[in-house]
Amino acid sequence: MNDVILNTVLILVSLGIVAAIILYFVSQKFKVEEDPRLEKVLDTLPGTNCGGCGFPGCSGFANALIGADDLAPYHCPVGGNEVMKEVAGILGMEVEEKDPFIAIVKCAGAIGVRKHITAYDGAANCTIASDLYSGERGCSDGCVGLGECVDACDFQAMYMDEYTGLPVVLEDKCTACNACVKACPKHIIQLWPKGKKDKRIYVACVNEDKGGSARKDCSLACTGCAKCAEECKYDAITVENNLATIDFATCKLCGKCVVACDVRNIVADHFSKEQLDKLADKREARLEKEKEARIAERKKNKEEALSEKNQETENPSTKTGTTDAI
Amino acid sequence: MLFDLIHQLKTFHKGGVHPEENKLSSHAPTARLPLPKSVTIPIGQHIGAPAKVVVERGDDVKVGQVIAVHEGFVSANIHSSVSGKVGKIDTVMDSTGFKRLAINIRVKGDDWLETIDRTESLVTGIHDTPQEIVRKIMEAGVVGQGGAAFPSHVKLSVPEGKHVDTLIINGVECEPYLTADHRIMLEKPDEIMVGTQILMKALGVEKAIIGIENNKKDAIELLSRTALTYPGITVEALKVQYPQGGEKQLIEALLGREVPSGGLPVDVGAIVHNVGTTYSVYLAVQKNQPLIERVVTVTGKSIDHPSNFWVRIGTPVIELIDAAGGVPEDTGKVISGGPMMGKALNDLEVPIAKATSGILLIPLLESRRAEVYNCVHCGKCVEVCPMGLEPHYLMVLGKNKDTAKAGKEHILDCIECGSCSFVCPSNRPILDYIRYGKSQIRKQKTA
Repeated sequence: MNDVILNTVLILVSLGIVAAIILYFVSQKFKVEEDPRLEKVLDTLPGTNCGGCGFPGCSGFANALIGADDLAPYHCPVGGNEVMKEVAGILGMEVEEKDPFIAIVKCAGAIGVRKHITAYDGAANCTIASDLYSGERGCSDGCVGLGECVDACDFQAMYMDEYTGLPVVLEDKCTACNACVKACPKHIIQLWPKGKKDKRIYVACVNEDKGGSARKDCSLACTGCAKCAEECKYDAITVENNLATIDFATCKLCGKCVVACDVRNIVADHFSKEQLDKLADKREARLEKEKEARIAERKKNKEEALSEKNQETENPSTKTGTTDAI
Repeated sequence: MLFDLIHQLKTFHKGGVHPEENKLSSHAPTARLPLPKSVTIPIGQHIGAPAKVVVERGDDVKVGQVIAVHEGFVSANIHSSVSGKVGKIDTVMDSTGFKRLAINIRVKGDDWLETIDRTESLVTGIHDTPQEIVRKIMEAGVVGQGGAAFPSHVKLSVPEGKHVDTLIINGVECEPYLTADHRIMLEKPDEIMVGTQILMKALGVEKAIIGIENNKKDAIELLSRTALTYPGITVEALKVQYPQGGEKQLIEALLGREVPSGGLPVDVGAIVHNVGTTYSVYLAVQKNQPLIERVVTVTGKSIDHPSNFWVRIGTPVIELIDAAGGVPEDTGKVISGGPMMGKALNDLEVPIAKATSGILLIPLLESRRAEVYNCVHCGKCVEVCPMGLEPHYLMVLGKNKDTAKAGKEHILDCIECGSCSFVCPSNRPILDYIRYGKSQIRKQKTA
């Protein structure tokens, strides 16, 4: 009886030892060389797998970072500069600071601003709706308002405003991961630099129709009147295809274009009302002055013309006078 | 006895549904709609590249004059459907609310080009060579009038290495309500036969079958009688089953051949043309008349006079509705096309295009979508899918943007007939999400 137990134990122990030896050699033979930095980098990254870096997930991004010679083209929008600095520290490389971005909605066509043209009761998905037709509200370029961008957001940084029917981006939560930009079938969401003191200026319209027909659809549409571009000292605004666009790289956030816009559709985030009012007053004063100057000039021209005429009328009289004298 | 007869009728074998037919206007002879005050002719009425405008504002045009020429092979000429002065050439709202370029012409008189033979006499002799026929069809801007508006000359140019043995003329008209094809078969039987012969000559085939569903018995009888004098053409009655008018379904019903996944009818030796297209081919080749008018059904349960009209391309939809008795008060939706595949209009000023087969006014109570419930996995959608797909599964894949799996499940084979959404007891928007899945795949391909 004891023998049976002893034999069993011995056999199992020896089998275990043999298996252990085999496993040892196999593990030596098929050892996977892994960069010890990979795990560290992976731990530093936020682990949201949002894809904002352009890679399918954090792990893919970490692999790319380790293989990279230069970190300049890589950026984790969620972690931002802090995380990138830490990663650079682990990898023993330098990284430049990049301005943080944020998603902006380039449509101001809220309920009431655009006229209601149809009722849609199909599947609640922007892409499906816009494949079928232009949307419930006029302006075929504007927001469909079914919230596909909100569904796409992994960070609960967006919601649909009930009253305007437009998506709203929560600034403190948005990581600029690009998910909403990709989801929007109308391409009205764009990433924009967060800006100094969170100040941003952009045109909230993407409609490229001619002025009149665009304004018929939406009372806030950009007509491409180019008043903003005239006002801009830094050439940051271009008007193409009846649409003004601001180049965020050259924009100095002076705010002059904001008050120049007739429909007030140039959005100025985090500008105080007083500041804008001041700018508007200044502009008005300047316009008034210009107007006066123009009137004065016209008057002057008129007077000059009149005096010339008088001279001319005087001259022939002298001529006739001479003929009379003859 | 009759039951047995119907049972012997051919049809396609996979899936299909039989919605209420409601062919209200089938006994209304086609009337000619009075000329509108102005027409708006979009330059992209067909599949493929939009045509290039060749007229300018202020030009005087005659009926049948080319106003936009085709760009590239898969494209079609656009002709003026009226005589008058060219007005604005600008973007207008199309039937889906998007803005497309269109040419506006203010109507003045009815002055046709001299080259067009306007007599009603039948011209049977076909003197053109196959190449000339294809060229004439291309010049005349003929496109498929069944709904897809695919340029007809492209279908007639059989790629090298492919052999076509049968021409199929599609007189199925499986969409409920619509009767445009039915009326044209009853009123222009000889012209359709000659048109069929022209197409046969262009393709070099000896055999042509005209497929007609059995709910148009008068058309079957008339065309069968007419076909006796035209060798090679036979008329086949088909069991009523939606979507038999789909090319792939019709080929299967008539020839028993299955078009392979991702393939074209040409791969199984068949070419399908609609009866309306066939009539246009006759006009283009024998009478030199381009595609400037078509038959449009105006129908609906509460409309005063469900009718069929000969309409010049570019006529605003509202004129047709007014001619049929005006918009009924209970109208909830106006659809361009049939109830199964048509698209709702959001403006009644949009023009009739080459592929507009009908205008359908649906009462408010019927137009609303019902409340959506969860999928109960009853399998009805799988049962009715004429392409043998699993719509409920494709819907989920589409919703989850799983393009890889959706592609493997042949989502691109879906012909968007809507049978699945039609039978779903939970009222799920199946087709919407399948379309979504398809567009995701297409987006990936172009990216």
